[in-house]
Amino acid sequence: MNAPAELDRFDRVERLAHWTTAALFGVLMFTGAALYAGPISTLVGQRYLVETIHLCAGLALPVPLLVGLSGRWGRRLRGDLHRLGRFDDEDRRWLRRSTRDQARLGKFNPGQKLNAAFLGSAIVVMLGTGILLKWYSLVNLDIRTGATFVHDWVALGIFFSVAGHIFLAMRDPIALGGMLRGSVTARWARTERPRWFEAETGEAATQPRPPATSSASNPSLSRF
Amino acid sequence: MEPEVRPPRETAIGRRVFLGLATFGTAGVIFGSQIQGWLERNVGPILAKDPTGLLQLLPIGNFRIYSVTTDLPDRSRAQYRLTVKGLVEREIVLTFDELQAMPRTRLVRDFQCVTGWRVPEVEWAGVRLADVLDRAGVQTEARAVRFVSFDGAYSESLTLPQARRSDVIVAYEMEHAPLSREHGGPARLYVAPMYGYKSCKWLDTIELTRSVEPGYWEQRGYSVDGWVGHSNHRDDERTS
Repeated sequence: MNAPAELDRFDRVERLAHWTTAALFGVLMFTGAALYAGPISTLVGQRYLVETIHLCAGLALPVPLLVGLSGRWGRRLRGDLHRLGRFDDEDRRWLRRSTRDQARLGKFNPGQKLNAAFLGSAIVVMLGTGILLKWYSLVNLDIRTGATFVHDWVALGIFFSVAGHIFLAMRDPIALGGMLRGSVTARWARTERPRWFEAETGEAATQPRPPATSSASNPSLSRF
Repeated sequence: MEPEVRPPRETAIGRRVFLGLATFGTAGVIFGSQIQGWLERNVGPILAKDPTGLLQLLPIGNFRIYSVTTDLPDRSRAQYRLTVKGLVEREIVLTFDELQAMPRTRLVRDFQCVTGWRVPEVEWAGVRLADVLDRAGVQTEARAVRFVSFDGAYSESLTLPQARRSDVIVAYEMEHAPLSREHGGPARLYVAPMYGYKSCKWLDTIELTRSVEPGYWEQRGYSVDGWVGHSNHRDDERTS
């Protein structure tokens, strides 16, 4: 039984949806910061232009995901969305520090699941409150204030969520490569995502974990 | 003996997070106004004292920039003119230098917006509106003052007694710096005891009139006498 050296992780549609959504998030976070924070807005200027870009990027934000999910081409994305939406016993084991080493994860770890759930939900909330902020004359003053309140605090959450996501992706080049090139090494899958490895290859991944190396000495960070 | 078959215990975490955030969003839109008000009153003053300035990135105690037109108007100090007309003894047009040469006054007050945000202890410098009015000379039949912005859309009004208060100024500096374009520079009105919408940005024309003419937001439902804490169904702490 020889597992291939590389396993397909994300197909073209998933990567395209991921990176266009990421680019839109980047534009929205930058223009949002420029509209919100005094020092940055003074530096950037061009308020009307920045506002227009923010609005267009915001309205476009759900499009890549919706298009990716909708057609025949979205089979894998739909499957992964299904996986991302669920916690099982292994995920709960991973979340407890004491049992983390015994957790046999599927395709995604619980951090990735929570990040996806938060950012996906945030798209809906930000779009809704953003529409209230743009077309404020449709609602009364209190609603406008409330929409500002929600838009601000969820934006802050998005900044932390995205920063953490990028930080952890940088720490794991193989996982990052999965989203860049589409595949990961079988060795990575076997140790980091054993149940996914088994489902993909039909091979058991139950070999004892390789002895802890220095990079694995901090299990909380090495597995994203 | 039958092996024990445990059904996999799955939690729909995605749905839970979504419902949680959607609930927060809905509740926040409905009650956010009260929550924000509470935060501005109780947390804002603490954040303002943070020496690193990092906490000021939190959405409490910060200015939000509003404009009723598509772009922020742009006029340099050299291009700036302030016209005082209407029921005056002599119509005057002040350059920025002439305005700046008038007796300078300084005010430190909280800035309260009718949409809920409040910026603690903002320092303003400028000229008392009363001094500007006296320079043109107010005719006896004048009862109100109307302000027009050079953004081409905004206007505001005060009664003459309101306009003569010492905490109503034509401001050209904010926080020890020239008033920036987004805050209404080169010069704006600043009505300390009233909500922000009374403080007409990008001030272009002051017109003495017989009666108060409702301004831009007042035609859209805001109180004409926009006292902080006593109008617009709000109960914020007074600012002046």
